Amino acid sequence: MDTAVDPAVAARRPWIRRFVAKMPWVTRFCASWLIVIVAAAVFADLIPGLADPNYQGFLFGDGATNEGPGLSHFLGTDNNSRDILARIVYGARVSLTVALAAVFMGVVFGGFFGSLVGFVRGKTDSTVMAVVDVILAFPGLVLLLTVVTLLGRRDLVVIATVIGFLSIPPYTRVARANALSISRREFVTAARAIGTKKRTILFREVIPNVLPTLLAYAMVNAAVIILLEGALAFLGLSVEPPTSSWGTMVNASRVDLQINVWPAIWPSLALVFTVYSLNNVGDWLRRLRSVRSAAL
Amino acid sequence: MPDNVANSPLLEVDDLRTTFTIPTGDVKAVRGVSFTLDRGRTLGIVGESGSGKTVLARSIMRLNLGTNVTTTGTAAFDGNDVLTRSPSEMRQLWGSEMAMVFQDPMTSLNPLVRVQRQVTEHLCRHLNLNRSEARQAAVDLLREVRIPDPDTRLRSFPHELSGGMRQRVCIAVALACEPSLLFADEPTTALDVTVQHQILNLLSREQADREMAMVLVTHDLGVVAGRTDDTMVMYAGTVAEYAPTVSLFADMRHPYSEALMRSIPLTSFPSHTRLAAITGRPPDLIDPPTGCAFSPRCPYVQDHCVNEAPPLVEIDDPAHRLACWTPVGSPEALTAFEKNLAAGLPQAVAVDVSTTWSPTGGVDG
Ligand SMILES: Nc1ncnc2c1ncn2[C@@H]1O[C@H](COP(=O)(O)OP(=O)(O)OP(=O)(O)O)[C@@H](O)[C@H]1O
Ligand code: SF4
Ligand SMILES: [Mg+2]
Repeated sequence: MDTAVDPAVAARRPWIRRFVAKMPWVTRFCASWLIVIVAAAVFADLIPGLADPNYQGFLFGDGATNEGPGLSHFLGTDNNSRDILARIVYGARVSLTVALAAVFMGVVFGGFFGSLVGFVRGKTDSTVMAVVDVILAFPGLVLLLTVVTLLGRRDLVVIATVIGFLSIPPYTRVARANALSISRREFVTAARAIGTKKRTILFREVIPNVLPTLLAYAMVNAAVIILLEGALAFLGLSVEPPTSSWGTMVNASRVDLQINVWPAIWPSLALVFTVYSLNNVGDWLRRLRSVRSAAL
Repeated sequence: MPDNVANSPLLEVDDLRTTFTIPTGDVKAVRGVSFTLDRGRTLGIVGESGSGKTVLARSIMRLNLGTNVTTTGTAAFDGNDVLTRSPSEMRQLWGSEMAMVFQDPMTSLNPLVRVQRQVTEHLCRHLNLNRSEARQAAVDLLREVRIPDPDTRLRSFPHELSGGMRQRVCIAVALACEPSLLFADEPTTALDVTVQHQILNLLSREQADREMAMVLVTHDLGVVAGRTDDTMVMYAGTVAEYAPTVSLFADMRHPYSEALMRSIPLTSFPSHTRLAAITGRPPDLIDPPTGCAFSPRCPYVQDHCVNEAPPLVEIDDPAHRLACWTPVGSPEALTAFEKNLAAGLPQAVAVDVSTTWSPTGGVDG
């Protein structure tokens, strides 16, 4: 038992290969989809041949409304004769930006406050958790409507900020629960026993051990946020048209649903794939994490 | 008065009491322990699970006892009571003056941090080393704790090392800042039997080389034999017997020490188990017996024992202290034992007289 894995051999393999080698094929597929959709959203302007998402060809005698999938428009056109593929790619920007904002604010602020209060406990803990509970109890839709009305605009920044803010409390709870148990682990005591400062312990021992769980949670949470944005868009509460968003696209397709279902199907499929992929990869990360901590 | 300081004991514990307040009452985990430890000397603390060894060590180190705890008495380190120090004053002691090796090396290393950083992090802070100096210091430390191929091991994560290797890393971490007092709380109970001896020998060698004082906590009398200068046998938060290790093994006087001694051949049992060789279970620390704490399990028990707790007093050898009314080997003890045996007292009947350790040449440690 005195030599487990030869670390020299293990270290030579690039970590990304070791990581992928452990993935089941479904997870590989999901991860690939996520990479493709993120890359497409980020580099949408650079994709050769991708149409302008707001170009209404029929106004210029160039194409028809409600075209089915075909060669000129891979996924067809919507009732304004706009290219559906282009609208999905640009719409991904909205969904992904909102999800990213939620994850970023959740991990950074929620992760920090949660780890902090789980580690120091006491008064700080009860104060922060009281605030968190109040925010959780507050209806998010009301907050969103209030902010939108007050600011008088409904662009991506506003939507992303409000949803991001509302994501902080759940992350705080997850981080706190983990920090509580990690702070009781022997290595935290061991760090104290050699005179490490509290702040150093928080940043070096507690937070790094909270992060993997938090990131696995973030994957699943991102999926929830994407669905939430879709629902808001469907209600007409997300970013203003003509900016496309998957939920907005489904909403707009309702009018002509009897004659053409494609404008509803494609964004829904994109939504389903993305949400499923996030959940699948998130679950896999979480399993990986619990297997690893069980092995320790 | 520097020479005064040099001559004073490194650690002087006086009437230390640690109590946990829990919903069902006050758990009196340590109930008046006193001892002194000189610079460079070693003390073994022995007792079965729940006797308060860990609580005693952690009370002195002021580490992780929670918020529901009260500690009274004094524990003077270098002449200054540590129990009245502020947390930031304690931090100055931790690492550079007092350090601790924990029971389970699987959980006492940060799973996400490579060996090198675990070993040198604190060195760097104290000594302001740059990267290559820190690396060299880490290699030296790992070599010192006999880890083969230290250059490669530095890049390992804890889970890539075996238990024995991890405990060696923990020892390196504890030794990094050259503490003058090291607590080793059952440092080998989580390890394979074959590795246990290597780790204990490593600790003894480091202790001697560095002239560091060491407190070795264990439930196994066999571990302290030949390794520590003094031995303190603890039972239910009190000191049962305290003596130089040599004279303790030569002349074991407390019935509990004797029972522990009898259980040595069986010591492959894991930690936190009760000793099969001793009938009954340790007393309830919320409401401990008024008389001798060992009386419900003692084969030599008499009425007197139940009514009044025996004080810890010096016996013939002034360094040998004992808390028992009728020490093992005394004629009174023999009479009491025969009477209990005749009365069918379970703990007397359970004593296998053929293997009973006797001061006049029986089992030797
Ligand atoms: N935080 C706590 N709250 C309440 N009781 C405690 C606490 N910590 C320890 N105790 C009690 O104090 C007593 C002594 O425990 P301690 O851990 O010191 O025993 P030990 O001698 O180290 O035993 P072991 O061989 O199992 O390590 C036990 O009865 C335990 O239940
Ligand atoms: S003989 Fe009496 S005093 Fe001594 S250990 Fe037994 S019960 Fe306690
Ligand atoms: Mg213990």
